[in-house]
Amino acid sequence: MKFNFIKYTAAIVMTSLILVGCSKNDNDSEPLGPDFSGTYMQKDQMGRPAVNTVFVSADSKDEFNLTVPSQQSAKFQSMFEANLLGLSPAYANDGKNALGQDAAAFTGLLATDVLNVSLDGKTTFYDGVAANTLSGRALADDVITVELLLIFGGEDFTENPTLSDDNVSANDKEFSPKFPYLASPW
Amino acid sequence: MKKSKILLGTVIIAIVGLITVVAADHIEAPAAKGTTADITDFYAFQGEDTSNIVFVANVQGLLAPSATAAASFDENVLVEFNIDTNNDNVEDLVIQAIPRDGKMYFFGPFSPSATGLTSNIGFASTQSSVAITNYGASATVGNENGLKMFAGPRDDPFFMDFARYGEIIAGNATGFNDPGSDTFKGTNVLSIVVEVPKSRIGGSGTINTWVETKVKQ
Repeated sequence: MKFNFIKYTAAIVMTSLILVGCSKNDNDSEPLGPDFSGTYMQKDQMGRPAVNTVFVSADSKDEFNLTVPSQQSAKFQSMFEANLLGLSPAYANDGKNALGQDAAAFTGLLATDVLNVSLDGKTTFYDGVAANTLSGRALADDVITVELLLIFGGEDFTENPTLSDDNVSANDKEFSPKFPYLASPW
Repeated sequence: MKKSKILLGTVIIAIVGLITVVAADHIEAPAAKGTTADITDFYAFQGEDTSNIVFVANVQGLLAPSATAAASFDENVLVEFNIDTNNDNVEDLVIQAIPRDGKMYFFGPFSPSATGLTSNIGFASTQSSVAITNYGASATVGNENGLKMFAGPRDDPFFMDFARYGEIIAGNATGFNDPGSDTFKGTNVLSIVVEVPKSRIGGSGTINTWVETKVKQ
């Protein structure tokens, strides 16, 4: 009796193994692609270069990364403005930057950390032509010097000259005019 | 005597190296810093074919050449390019990139069913892929569904005297040096480059765009 129980149990187990094996074989005729299931949670985000680095206070950097752009200005513009005024003397006494913005207007733009990109022509962070300003970000754009000029340079880029240019104006390898545009690794 | 001089030199080099790395990293968001989801840079510009826009997302920065071959994209990290076509700073379209077994898969551009901090992969949308280029190999370029694609190590295109900037912010210096020193010189990143027709991301006018990394739960 006990022997039969073992025998039948073994038979059932064997049968189920075979059935499992068969059903797997059936699926082999269909391509089994990679598994893309699951939920992905935000960790980091970025629009314009160095915005989180420069304008967000140390204890708010993680929170900024977890705030959607549509809510960033309401939540962080006043912090950006306070940090800008603390950082740069160029905005004191109603000072403005070369885009004609006072501290509130400039930080109102920056607090929403997205990159504006023109679909109609030249794409550059800043090339001295007003119409092209913030129309994209190209690889060779000297974005840090542009940001330093807008932070420290005042109305005509002449204020605080030792803080307005990091004096690094180009990449250490040449970019390619062809895809993928970036240079091969060192 | 000679040995202690060598030791002293090694210690000084180690300290200088530490200061450089800390200066380049210490004001990044702590939760993302140094992880495989750490975005170092984002670019968007008109392509060689002027009817296209190129998006570049770089992750895992400051890779020394000796460390680059061992660096790899994380299969649990989704890189999402967000595109807002109506100026409300909410994504109307996304392009998703995620690696699986030596390939980088791209989904979209497509309109996501939900916006915000959580995402599912849009595997019902257009799927394209390219083999991830290994360190030292010439760039493998994918061409599928009108997209051009690349994924793999590249020279870090960013340039800045970040070390000196850190000293200024810390109150240890009052201005930049001339000439400055590129903190990112000789370092690599892992890059994802995707080029897409303008007609598929709004056509004309101005878009707002940003990149996110999202980690599988």
